[in-house]
Amino acid sequence: MTLTAETSRPSATAAAGRARRVRLLPRVAPYLQAAPLTVTLLLFLLVPILTIVAVSFWDYDSVRIYPDFVLTNYTELLTSPVTWKTYLNTLKYAALTWAITLGIGFTVAYFLAFHVRSTTWQMVLFLVCTIPFWTSNIIRMISWIPFLGRNGLLNSGLISAGIIDQPLEFLLFSDFSVVLAFVHLYALFMVVPIFNSMMRIDRALIEAARDGGASAAQTLWNVILPLTKPGIAIGSIFVVTLVMGDFITVRLMSGGQSASIGLMIANEISLLQYPAAAANAVVLLAVVLIMVVAMLRVVDIRKEL
Amino acid sequence: MTAGSTVELVKLRKAYGGTVAVDGIDLRIAAGSYCCLLGPSGCGKTSTLRMIAGHEDITDGDLLIGDAVVNDDPPAKRGTAMMFQSYALFPHLDCTDNVAFSLKMKGVAKEERRRRAGEMLDLVDMGKYAGRLPSQLSGGQQQRVALARALITRPGVLLLDEPLSALDPFLRVRMREELKRLHRDIGITFIHVTHSQTEAMALADLAVVMNQGRIEQAGPPRELFNQPRTAFVARFIGGHNVIDGGAIGVGGGHCAVRADRIQLGGADLPTEIQVEGTVRSLEYHGASVHLSLDVPGSDEFAVVLDEARYFDAPVGVGDRVRAGWGRRDIHPLVA
Repeated sequence: MTLTAETSRPSATAAAGRARRVRLLPRVAPYLQAAPLTVTLLLFLLVPILTIVAVSFWDYDSVRIYPDFVLTNYTELLTSPVTWKTYLNTLKYAALTWAITLGIGFTVAYFLAFHVRSTTWQMVLFLVCTIPFWTSNIIRMISWIPFLGRNGLLNSGLISAGIIDQPLEFLLFSDFSVVLAFVHLYALFMVVPIFNSMMRIDRALIEAARDGGASAAQTLWNVILPLTKPGIAIGSIFVVTLVMGDFITVRLMSGGQSASIGLMIANEISLLQYPAAAANAVVLLAVVLIMVVAMLRVVDIRKEL
Repeated sequence: MTAGSTVELVKLRKAYGGTVAVDGIDLRIAAGSYCCLLGPSGCGKTSTLRMIAGHEDITDGDLLIGDAVVNDDPPAKRGTAMMFQSYALFPHLDCTDNVAFSLKMKGVAKEERRRRAGEMLDLVDMGKYAGRLPSQLSGGQQQRVALARALITRPGVLLLDEPLSALDPFLRVRMREELKRLHRDIGITFIHVTHSQTEAMALADLAVVMNQGRIEQAGPPRELFNQPRTAFVARFIGGHNVIDGGAIGVGGGHCAVRADRIQLGGADLPTEIQVEGTVRSLEYHGASVHLSLDVPGSDEFAVVLDEARYFDAPVGVGDRVRAGWGRRDIHPLVA
């Protein structure tokens, strides 16, 4: 008895200590668990954006920037016809790329999801789609240049085949080549979410549509398309935000003959006009956010997440 | 509504690669009857139903609905409508649009199809949920909507793929009654796939027991229960003991004896045929008591006694008892 009494005493204090810790832990634990993400978002998202917003109100001359609160960066930006033309051009690229990647993405995803029967082949073909993405964006873009150039593979091929007499000028350093590169770069961002949405469609629904007398086209329009909308929305957000913010594709593929907002910002940075670049970036961020919000208003993507 | 159609299967066969799911079955289902395809999983009942529905290609043989061979017709042309096991309601459409789907496909004007869908929803008591999405409905309600969607095409044959298996037992009994009522009211042919013999007994005019792609026996439930043709049918339908005839001195192959025709007693048991065995287990079921005995000539020997009769002379697990029955209770089996 005495032995058990003595041994039980230290364990009792240990238990009390444990109880204190247990009481403390439930209150602190949620904050600790949320801390890593909070810190990451603060450091790498919120602080940079706030810095950009702050700098966008600073003043600058050709050699340095001055902390200040002026609206000239914004007034100059928004009153310049160049800005509006560049926005229009960027939106044109975004719209064209979006429409073409949507067409390609939907078709490829539909083929993979509904025409390839075995899961193994679905996975194999899906991986084949990702192979181009094993190389860097820049290399994939540059590889178009010898192909599309005035004396490139395509032109010399067409000439030697007697289809054309003069090399086609529109192939390279044009809107055509810019959009082509965008489509090449970003089509997969459309394929993946749409494929994912389609794989979630219960195959019995397709049979139910057939049972109700729907033709293949009617099933596509009335059943598959509405149920694929969330995937289309996610893919559209990827493609539109990527194209809106791009500068290197436009610079390389247009040969410096076209502009985009991203390219405009990059030029301002290279001229050390940081406040102007920051104001431009803030406006671009607002425009892209409005576009994303608009897309989310049309389609509820929550059930995909 | 439209009258039902006859459905006739002639040497109907379905093979997936090398595996045969349905092995040349012949069956004639009369117009307006309630037919249950019954059997364990993998017996080919669902493949049969899907072939009738037109969702599975027929490997060989013929399928007649009405007087026409419809082997290669799409579902909508066959005059069949299917209710899917998971109901397969379109998740993005509300009840009205789900029910009106096939009318929309036919190009019926919006007002007209919504009106007819509304009437159909009223028929299955779902009128007040017309604006809801399937995800906002319970399993039983979804089933009613699925039923309305199938019926709006005015099919001659309604095909039901395990319609009650997703429901809880209480709801299952209620939906069973409603299916029966609906069948009586609209008078079309119902073909219902199930693995539950209770369901088949309760609903069918024609019960078809299938096993390994073949029909073991087809007939009215009462015939199946009282004259099972094979040991498989007797075991699957339940309530029967399959006994080796040699072991009880009646000769021949296997025979079946209904569990509720068996009496228990001591040496003074008056029945013509008697076996002795040990009580292995017993269960009280309220109105009756179910005993299982170890007896020679049978692996599973069940006795169902009326509650009062059991408690007149109760026995316990491990007791030696005599079980007996009359010669006319024996039903010989083919296999």
